[in-house]
Amino acid sequence: MCLGIPGEVIEMHPEQPDLAKVDVSGVKRLINIGLLSDDPPKPGEWVLIHVGFALSKIDEAEAAAAMQFLEGIGQAYDDEIAALRESLIE
Amino acid sequence: MRFVDEFRDADKAHALAAKIAALCEPGREYKFMEVCGGHTHTIYKHGLEDYLPESITLVHGPGCPVCVIPMGRVDDAMHLAARPDVIMTSFGDMMRVPGSNGSFFDAKAAGTDIRMVYSPLDSLKLARQNPDRQIVFMAIGFETTAPSTAMTMLRAAAEGLPNFSVFCNHVTIIPAIKAILDSPDLRLDGFIGPGHVSTVIGCRPYEFIARDYGKPVVVAGFEPLDILQSIYMLMLQLSAGRCEIENQYSRVVPWNGNQVALRAIGQTMELRPYFEWRGLGFISHSALKVRDEFAAMDAERLFSVPGVRVADPKACQCGEVLKGVLKPWECKVFGTACTPETPIGTCMVSPEGACAAYYNYGRMHRDRVAEAVVAGRAPRAATP
Repeated sequence: MCLGIPGEVIEMHPEQPDLAKVDVSGVKRLINIGLLSDDPPKPGEWVLIHVGFALSKIDEAEAAAAMQFLEGIGQAYDDEIAALRESLIE
Repeated sequence: MRFVDEFRDADKAHALAAKIAALCEPGREYKFMEVCGGHTHTIYKHGLEDYLPESITLVHGPGCPVCVIPMGRVDDAMHLAARPDVIMTSFGDMMRVPGSNGSFFDAKAAGTDIRMVYSPLDSLKLARQNPDRQIVFMAIGFETTAPSTAMTMLRAAAEGLPNFSVFCNHVTIIPAIKAILDSPDLRLDGFIGPGHVSTVIGCRPYEFIARDYGKPVVVAGFEPLDILQSIYMLMLQLSAGRCEIENQYSRVVPWNGNQVALRAIGQTMELRPYFEWRGLGFISHSALKVRDEFAAMDAERLFSVPGVRVADPKACQCGEVLKGVLKPWECKVFGTACTPETPIGTCMVSPEGACAAYYNYGRMHRDRVAEAVVAGRAPRAATP
């Protein structure tokens, strides 16, 4: 119930401005985007969906920044392990 | 799946775990509380505690809005559902919550018209399709879900629907956190802040936690890497002597929250002077009720409910589990009298309850990890 899942906005409803069709892992459904009326989502943008409503837009720039931090961590870890493997401590 | 898979990478999890371990001061114990049921679920499902050094303990707080509904309110809901003119509609995780005389699921099996819905908008549709019946929506959830109920009520009003109403049991997170902070039972070092509640209320409401109680808060996402990164950020704060509110879930949570959502809640609902929380007792200004202007959609006013206060079963220790004082496996009836099939308390009923999460994901893993550590096969995360 309290699950909020990411979905991609496909298209706006032709008659009802409050509704939009989203794609969540291949499942296409109408949801209500009324809570984002200050800055409505456009097709191609991603939103967080919760009980039939879009609660928030997923900020791609922030998501990319988060991933970059995590990539950096991953790389540093890989480097560390590689260095350890090369060590000659005895 | 986009925006999900990337945040589940196991190598990055190990990397984060190593960085967390490196920040642990020798001889010091750390206790962080996560308040959100969704976080509890992720922690158990992905075995995140096994990535962490022994000195870090995660404590589960009252973040499951189903879990905190007292039995008396469940009885009130059952009373509404039993009316022949009513179609009761509810989210799935409410269906098995036991009242004094069984759950929605039991009543439904016995013939009561109770229907599971995904969204309050589905209830609205039922109201349009069944003009001769009264459709009641069992509204539960924290501030994450309240806006959806509010928007549905506004829509019903705009359409002039005469047969839709709401049994409002929305609760608010800040008073619950404050009750935990004021509780003498617990010594915490910081909070893993609720993710989706924060998309609505933003991050400012948590500022009092750092300012008045000296505990850092990191608002976290729901994927394993989100939670590990949030713990890392908490450890960074502690080791640097900082105490702030930070937003790890910035791809979804806006610092100032969702003003449209807050306005919708404000138009349709207001705070109750007090509300009873299972396990935490009465907390003032911690729950929402329908405003007078929308009284025609308030199921409590349209139909009378018994309003009787019912004590929890004596064997039930949900209260202590919800406060984080007891771990699920420390409850006397966990796994024996109380299981997902035969739940005594709400921590076991709701999929987000700590006990259900542990029963479904944590139990065997914990036993197997213990066996493997003893047999020398599995490593524990390194502590310097």
